[in-house]
Amino acid sequence: MREENRKKKILGSVPIYIILLLWAATTIYPFIWLILNSFKSSREILNSSFNLPQNFSWLNYINAFGKQNILRAYGNSLVISGSTMLIVLLIGSLAAFAMTRYQFKFKKIIYFMIVGSLMFPVFATIIPVFKMIVKWNLVNQSLGVIIPQTATNLAFAVIVLMGFMDSLPYELEEASFLEGASVSRIYTKVIVPLSKPALASVAIFVFLWSYNDLFTQMIVLRRRETFPVCALLNEISSKYGTDFGLMTASVVLVVVPVLVVYILLQKNIVKGLTAGAVKG
Amino acid sequence: MATAPVYYMRIEGKREMIYRKKINLLWLLGPMVFIMITFLYYPFVSNIWNSLYNIVGLGGNRGEFLGVRNYQKLFEDPNILIAIKNSGIIMLLTVVFQVGIGLTLAILVDSVKRFKKFFQTVYFFPIVISATAIGLMFNLFYSYYGGMLNQILNAMGHNPVNWKSDSLALIMISVPIIWSYAGFYFVLLLTGINGISEDIFESAMLDGAVGFKKVYYITIPLLKNVIRTCIILAVTGSLKAFDLPWVIAPKGAPKGLTHLLGTYMYQVTFIEENVDYGSAIAFMIVVLGIIISQITNRLMKQEQY
Repeated sequence: MREENRKKKILGSVPIYIILLLWAATTIYPFIWLILNSFKSSREILNSSFNLPQNFSWLNYINAFGKQNILRAYGNSLVISGSTMLIVLLIGSLAAFAMTRYQFKFKKIIYFMIVGSLMFPVFATIIPVFKMIVKWNLVNQSLGVIIPQTATNLAFAVIVLMGFMDSLPYELEEASFLEGASVSRIYTKVIVPLSKPALASVAIFVFLWSYNDLFTQMIVLRRRETFPVCALLNEISSKYGTDFGLMTASVVLVVVPVLVVYILLQKNIVKGLTAGAVKG
Repeated sequence: MATAPVYYMRIEGKREMIYRKKINLLWLLGPMVFIMITFLYYPFVSNIWNSLYNIVGLGGNRGEFLGVRNYQKLFEDPNILIAIKNSGIIMLLTVVFQVGIGLTLAILVDSVKRFKKFFQTVYFFPIVISATAIGLMFNLFYSYYGGMLNQILNAMGHNPVNWKSDSLALIMISVPIIWSYAGFYFVLLLTGINGISEDIFESAMLDGAVGFKKVYYITIPLLKNVIRTCIILAVTGSLKAFDLPWVIAPKGAPKGLTHLLGTYMYQVTFIEENVDYGSAIAFMIVVLGIIISQITNRLMKQEQY
């Protein structure tokens, strides 16, 4: 009887697994399709995109690295997203530290200011921000992208870090205080090392958001040499959209670094995004 | 999720002793406050102000005072109507399908024993990929000559379809949006399901609630708050859509028929350089977002009774 029940249960879950696997296929297969096609000539993609490549050709990649200079775009992305990430981490962790440790007059106002910052869609602030960027001669400069991206990511970082820092135990802070440590020393020697997991989540997120944010890149950067990866990809598609080989290889090149990061740091990413669901 | 942060408000006992010198707040909070005011709050107010004046050229100064003329223009501009309608359609589709698929997948994954981690990893990963790359990938699927979809149709002996025609384009924009974000709501909802206490499910099982009954009478009602959060995120998220629609249908192609509020605002401001009118559209997006999320909140609250 019990044996039969178990069999029935296993049999019953087969359709469920089939549905789940089907959805999994929709997320995995497109990328396999892309990778396979990136080794074909454009003509071969047009004729038989579902077959394995007849002979693996690196031509599209040579083209992407050579003529399109995607390496320079990786460099630009690294500078822009890396700096945004570091600035957000530094300023955000200082603020979260203050918000969870100090009692002061305008705390409520500052708190609402942080939460309120999540509400602005980028459209509502970009025109005046762009004007400042023009005035400060930051058009076509990395800093011109770093500044607005820092501003839009800061609130998310502070909120996640506040939640984490609030749950840290006092004892270590107290001990170093009794040893005569200053506040800045407590921050660098106690708070930052203890907050590493939360800092890592925030770092990954801010980096990814910045790397993926085409809107700001398109507005501030107008010269090809300054393009980070997404802006370059957008440009390639508008100029060489019919060159399917180059297109597939370029998309693969943009996606692969992100996929590697995702697979390595998956846990932090899922946790970070659900914690920061407010940002959306 | 966005829990009430009351506990940040009071700092007592030993902490109060260590962190007495308020002067430190200057370098701790100062940079954040400076950045938020300079690059978020000030521009937000300035943007509303700008929408009342005539501005010539990107980065130009305020000229002649126009009053609410730009807002009157909103009512006369046929493109705005298209953009609002399209954003509304996308909003509806994303709420129904993103959250719907996310909920279905979460309930199914919760009910199986094996491969949970695998499904979670695989469903979530389109979210980390840039909308630009996803858009271009779907362009390769939609392409009339030799795109993936038309190759499938061809193999089945059908004629190729113009996937970006007047009538299909908007749907084709919404497919990748739904596909890439369903996994996000899946993770949020699965976390919600895991948070429901086992006792409730056990006593429900003793009462005979299994399968669909369990889902309908126990899981969904208990998930109401998470579902509401998801719906509000989907609604406000669809108002922010830009990268993906822009890559699949630049400038509202074909013929401006697929403009969304975000893409139209970009087009007006940064391509047509009608800066003051763009500011008015941007402010309208904010107002719409607030109104719609308030309505959603009300509707979802009422349903509980």
